[in-house]
Amino acid sequence: MENILEQYKSVSNTDVKTWFKVGVISDFPENSGACIKYKTKQIAVFNFTRTGKWYASQNLCPHKMEMVISLGMIGNKEDVPKVACPLHKKNFSLEDGSNLAGEDYKIAVYPVKIENENVYIGFND
Amino acid sequence: MKKIIIVGNGMVGYKFCEKFVAQEHSKNFEITVFGEEPRPAYDRVHLSEFFENQDAKALEMAPAEWYKENGVTLVVGERVSDIDRNNKTIATSKDRGFSYDYLVLATGSSAFVPPIKGVEKEGVFVYRTIEDLEDMLAYAAKIKAKKPNARGAILGGGLLGLEAGKAVMDMGLEPHIVEFASKLMPRQLDSRSSQVLQLKLESIGLNIHLSKATNQILGNGAITGMEFGEDDALDVDMLVISAGIRPRDELGKTSGLEMGARGGIVVDNRMRTSDKNIFAIGEVALYNQMIYGLVAPGYDMATIAVNQILGEDSMMAENIDMSTKLKLIGVDVASFGEPFMPASKGHSVIFENKTQHLYKRINVSLDGKKLLGGILIGDATDYNMLHQVYLNEMAIPEDAAQLILPASDGGSSFGSVLDLPDTAQVCSCESLSKGEICCSITEDGCNNLSEVISKTKATTGCGGCKPMVVDLVNETLKSLGKEVKDTVCEHFNYNRQELYDLVKINKVADYDEALNLFGDGHGCEICKPVFASIFATITMETANRQPGIQDTNDRFLANIQRNGTYSVVPRVPGGEITPQQLIVLGEVAKKYNLYTKITGGQRIDLFGAQVHELPLIWKDLIDAGFESGHAYGKSLRTVKSCVGSTWCRYGMHESVTFAIDIEKRYRGLRSPHKFKGGVSGCIRECAEARGKDFGLIAVEGGWNLYVCGNGGATPKHAVLFAEQLDDDTAIKYLDRFLMYYIRTAGPLVRTAPWLDKLEGGIDYLRQVVIEDSLGIAEDLENEMKGLIGKYECEWKQAIESPEILKRFKHFVNSDDTDENIEFVPMRGQKMPKPW
Ligand SMILES: Cc1cc2nc3c(=O)[nH]c(=O)nc-3n(C[C@H](O)[C@H](O)[C@H](O)COP(=O)(O)OP(=O)(O)OC[C@H]3O[C@@H](n4cnc5c(N)ncnc54)[C@H](O)[C@@H]3O)c2cc1C
Ligand code: SF4
Ligand code: FES
Repeated sequence: MENILEQYKSVSNTDVKTWFKVGVISDFPENSGACIKYKTKQIAVFNFTRTGKWYASQNLCPHKMEMVISLGMIGNKEDVPKVACPLHKKNFSLEDGSNLAGEDYKIAVYPVKIENENVYIGFND
Repeated sequence: MKKIIIVGNGMVGYKFCEKFVAQEHSKNFEITVFGEEPRPAYDRVHLSEFFENQDAKALEMAPAEWYKENGVTLVVGERVSDIDRNNKTIATSKDRGFSYDYLVLATGSSAFVPPIKGVEKEGVFVYRTIEDLEDMLAYAAKIKAKKPNARGAILGGGLLGLEAGKAVMDMGLEPHIVEFASKLMPRQLDSRSSQVLQLKLESIGLNIHLSKATNQILGNGAITGMEFGEDDALDVDMLVISAGIRPRDELGKTSGLEMGARGGIVVDNRMRTSDKNIFAIGEVALYNQMIYGLVAPGYDMATIAVNQILGEDSMMAENIDMSTKLKLIGVDVASFGEPFMPASKGHSVIFENKTQHLYKRINVSLDGKKLLGGILIGDATDYNMLHQVYLNEMAIPEDAAQLILPASDGGSSFGSVLDLPDTAQVCSCESLSKGEICCSITEDGCNNLSEVISKTKATTGCGGCKPMVVDLVNETLKSLGKEVKDTVCEHFNYNRQELYDLVKINKVADYDEALNLFGDGHGCEICKPVFASIFATITMETANRQPGIQDTNDRFLANIQRNGTYSVVPRVPGGEITPQQLIVLGEVAKKYNLYTKITGGQRIDLFGAQVHELPLIWKDLIDAGFESGHAYGKSLRTVKSCVGSTWCRYGMHESVTFAIDIEKRYRGLRSPHKFKGGVSGCIRECAEARGKDFGLIAVEGGWNLYVCGNGGATPKHAVLFAEQLDDDTAIKYLDRFLMYYIRTAGPLVRTAPWLDKLEGGIDYLRQVVIEDSLGIAEDLENEMKGLIGKYECEWKQAIESPEILKRFKHFVNSDDTDENIEFVPMRGQKMPKPW
């Protein structure tokens, strides 16, 4: 079980080696999340239509190791964009993946790039 | 680098690590902690919560990664077996050796098992670790399968024993508490309060046996009973021993540290043992010739040991506060200070009301100026305040009785919590004073309870201080002129009823517009579903119109389960189903390999569907004439019925027909929370209608209508609302009642707690619904009719719309399915693979 978690490590914009195309904007529901597959990884992609921003994170909730984060509801806590896991409503920052209640769970986050209606996610492998 | 080894990763051992790494100089130390249990430290104080959810992770003090991130080496599942004080090394059960500069013994205690003949028998347990609880649950399930009315006994009627008694009861066993002394909680209660407590416990179903010395456990291999005297025995199928604790002081003994006569490793007020490099903290440490079976003193000890090692001097207080409050749900018991006291030291004021299971006693100094201690049974709301008055030696009213007498004006006899001195310790687990908590608001800018909690960690220990922290936060905010309001969340400064009115009056089109008009920011998982419910109850829109604001269940029109699969529940109105429909359900379940189970609401639940299968399954079901059962929504679930006069020889009216009519009437209706109904054909009440939000029971001359009941965690019987109604009047009242509830209840408030909070209670509700005191009855009825007329099956909508169907796919960029979903076989069906 541990190793499915191991493969998710946050990637920052400067570390990106591959911009992987995951679809076009209209493939992604407005103001919510959806899941994409990259090699063995499941990545949750969030389309914040209200702010025009996009975020991506691991789809795996570190609490119970379920592939569910993309199904969670999104929004903000103060200035931080966030997602709430649908199973127990643990809140994660989509900026840095930290748990917003200060618990030790955290999720890996990935950069998203939009070019000509195409959606790309940045990976470092 | 100096090396510290901590032996024992329990609550106190963990707290030592937490406090240590928070210190600046901790970087100069290498810390290793050994725990014998297979998992990192967990919250033993809340161990009983494990029965509710069997979620061991939720109890963790910190996950394993925490230790890594903070440079602490954690070794679990390995016992420290020996200490060599001369060479400053330890050895472990895996024959490994380690050296130390400082050794901290935090080995805690184990349950004391008295030497009674037969205690080794199968079915005898102690109550200390998660493994103990797992074993108990497994055993209880096993015996219950053989014997539905199996009994579970607890040996010991102390604080822990009573908690165990409740746990045994919740496991579905008939609970018996066996106590050696002539009263319950002998260490904390006087005999009168113990009698009142006994009455109260018996009234909720616990059987109490006092003055019983158990001399033998009976049974051949497994326990079948307990023997007290020659002809005095009790048949039991399981036993939990809760007869006190014994310090785990083996290491102290074998390494020759100074020990107490009855065990425990002797420490001074700096937590030093007789070896200057070895400290002992928590339940293994004997301080002032006492072992303190509570976490708070253990945490203080941890802080002191941390300071000692880092070269800072601090000392343990001389007197340790042993005040306690029982965590038993539904029974208030608390004692503080000196609960019983010789008449030479002071006077007691006692208030007793056996009919209400109430007992309050306070002990006051001879000069009448100070509170020395007390006992509260049945109502411990004033515990925190009295406890503070005691701890801080605050002045008390001239007539001390005012402290415990029910205040005639309903107000409290205390001033505001803000009157407490700043030094008053409010959260003893985290050692937080009133001043520190208020400061987090006045100085550090916290704006609400959750901010205060994440800033200060208050309430995160035993949780007992929560009511007081809530009061402090609210009062402090008020004193700063900040309004305290039960708003929905940070995005809307309104409560649900206000938002309902705003949406309706302004004809708001959707959630986004609501945010723009009355909100702030971009919403969250709290306000979005509230609006989803509000829109649905104003326009009857289905969950398909604004999928982004629906809870995950509503968005996928199915209930998400443990492993990320979903369950499917078609509507079976009134629980009436044709053989052909049963065959269809069976066929569909077979086709998609679903686990099937009959629900409590008389329908059939199909589990284990993956998201892409949902539309396929529903296509088959809808083709066969089924429709959504809305089991995923905060909406009408089922109207349960008995066969009534159609078949039953006792039946007075046609309960099935009426249940079907009602279920069809309110199907799909969204509300603040889920709601359920029941219809019984006579007062024998086979449909359990009084356990529902609304219930109808057939009587001579019509239906009796009951409202605001529920099952679940806090069961409540519905109360009689009106009698002998004909069908039309019953429906009319129901329409009005439900619509009034939908308009006015807070988010996720079911009818019972809604009624509890409704000023004027059931009488007021009758005035509104029956006598139309607000003049809104017609409105309510018309509104309900409008909603009913607009009903549509949302699953039908879904399978007919290619746009909606796009939602039911695991990956956007691939047709693959989630390969992490795994099932294992179980009793001829399947279940999610356990971790
Ligand atoms: C059901 C229950 C309810 C309770 N409710 C309350 C309450 O409401 N309020 C309250 O204040 N207190 C309560 N307590 C008591 C509280 O849990 C204890 O005071 C607290 O856990 C003591 O902490 P500790 O670290 O000293 O001991 P423990 O939590 O027992 O931890 C000691 C750990 O050390 C390990 N260990 C022992 N020897 C070795 C060794 N040689 N090598 C390696 N590891 C070793 C043990 O396996 C254990 O994990 C309750 C206890 C129980 C069981
Ligand atoms: S409630 Fe009355 S009518 Fe209904 S099944 Fe039971 S006995 Fe028969
Ligand atoms: S599984 Fe995500 S919060 Fe529990």
